[in-house]
Amino acid sequence: MAFPRSLSQPQLRVAKTALFALCALPFLVMVLGAFGLAGVSLGANPVEELMDRNGQWGLRFLLITLAVTPLRRITGWHWLVRLRRMLGLFAFFYVLMHFVTYALIDHRLDLGIIVEDIIERPFITLGITALVLLIPLAATSTNAMMRRLGKRWQTLHRLIYPIAILGVWHFWWQVKQDLREPLIYALILAVLLGYRMWWQRRQAARSADHDDGLTGDPDGGGKPARPSMPLAQ
Amino acid sequence: MIIKRPSDIRPSEITDEAIYLDRRRFLQAAGFAALGAAAAVSPPARAASEASQPKIQGLVQSTLSIDEDPNSWEDITTYNNFYEFGTDKSDPHRKARDFQPRPWEVSVSGECDRPGTLSYADFVAPHTPEERIYRLRCVEAWSMVIPWVGIPMGDALKRFEPNSRAKYVTFKTLLDPKQMPGQRWPVLDWPYVEGLRIDEAMHPLAIFGIGVYGRELPNQNGAPLRIVVPWKYGFKSIKSIVSIEFTEKQPLSSWEKAAPSEYGFYANVNPEVDHPRWSQASERLIGKGIFAPRRPTEMFNGYADQVAQLYQGMDLTRNY
Repeated sequence: MAFPRSLSQPQLRVAKTALFALCALPFLVMVLGAFGLAGVSLGANPVEELMDRNGQWGLRFLLITLAVTPLRRITGWHWLVRLRRMLGLFAFFYVLMHFVTYALIDHRLDLGIIVEDIIERPFITLGITALVLLIPLAATSTNAMMRRLGKRWQTLHRLIYPIAILGVWHFWWQVKQDLREPLIYALILAVLLGYRMWWQRRQAARSADHDDGLTGDPDGGGKPARPSMPLAQ
Repeated sequence: MIIKRPSDIRPSEITDEAIYLDRRRFLQAAGFAALGAAAAVSPPARAASEASQPKIQGLVQSTLSIDEDPNSWEDITTYNNFYEFGTDKSDPHRKARDFQPRPWEVSVSGECDRPGTLSYADFVAPHTPEERIYRLRCVEAWSMVIPWVGIPMGDALKRFEPNSRAKYVTFKTLLDPKQMPGQRWPVLDWPYVEGLRIDEAMHPLAIFGIGVYGRELPNQNGAPLRIVVPWKYGFKSIKSIVSIEFTEKQPLSSWEKAAPSEYGFYANVNPEVDHPRWSQASERLIGKGIFAPRRPTEMFNGYADQVAQLYQGMDLTRNY
């Protein structure tokens, strides 16, 4: 493989900086578009465009975050896990911006309308639930919180699974008629969750075979979370 | 039947073409300077340019126009719902570029004494084209103001002498997956079908649309012939029509067929009857920028004075 299994501290710093820039790029383009700078346009319906793009990037980053563990196991690039907190936090950021566009820009914080939407429109109920569930994950993403919560941290961060399902479901129910796009997200999510189920079953079978539960996976199979592990597994 | 005029008629004020042309040039030039993030940046708009659309001759102004500034050519021709060319609103102007709106034939059939198949030119020729500046309210809760060019629907339909059994008019869009790539996927049951009650079709506000901004309809706006029914949600205003049929029974329209709990036959703009998944109480105004407030949606899209009597005694919550 072209990438090493682990990175040195300086290498990791470069990787994190580059990743941050890359993850922030869609937002930068949206800000330019919102103010009509550098020739970037959000088209005829900029509010809808902002809402769509933020929502889509939120979903994409959720799926990318969920792809870290499978990818790490398949490739052996263990340093990937060091980038996961940032990916998860960007997922939260874009989902939050999606909500801010809806609540602040589109409805100007009109609580009557927002509350009615959340109560009466099931796809919005799903979306707001996903956002609310993301808040404790973002809030406990620091090293200090990881240490404080210990094993409970990992349990808490398994919320990422229902959050991702709610997110894709929210998109599915929002679409007017053409389900092709949400279907793609649903399929990717199914693969990512399916992989975990397959892995767990394999781990269970192995530990039954060998009775020692050791598989060579650095953080698989019910071991306590390593301190460097952000946002779920 | 007394047809009231809109209360606020004033000669239409259409922004000079040159301003829009300049704006487009600016956008195109700016497009080249766009960031390298190709995936994240929409390509610069390359709609059928205004100057390339032939002008419609003999146009007269209509007193039925509203007194509001129309949206730009850019907005009207790059932000379209026309699922025959794709479900994204940027699809139609990109994928309809090679669509051939000529030669074009329209067949008129059903409960009428003079059915027949006419060329587009023969269909339109007997009528004086009128500029009608109308609001367009999409069921997705956004709206525009569009300077249509059209001919009165009632006048055109009467030529075919509908008989007493003609209670409804059914319209169909061209079915041609080769030219209309959106039809290669069964998002809707193609071809698109829409219908009006005969008295709705005969209402003076209803027109056959043949142009915008004094020029022939761009492909993405339903060339060469569409209908415009401004008090109904946009999806009722079927585009690229090849068939008109007078029927005794109420037709099943495409959206009604696809999702009967969400889209009804009447589809009158009504702020009090929400779409099951979103509110219809207000609308986003296209072209007013990102920080413009939403506007409360008006009953029958602001045309209540003129059309409310068509629905007297009807339960509009059930007949949505």
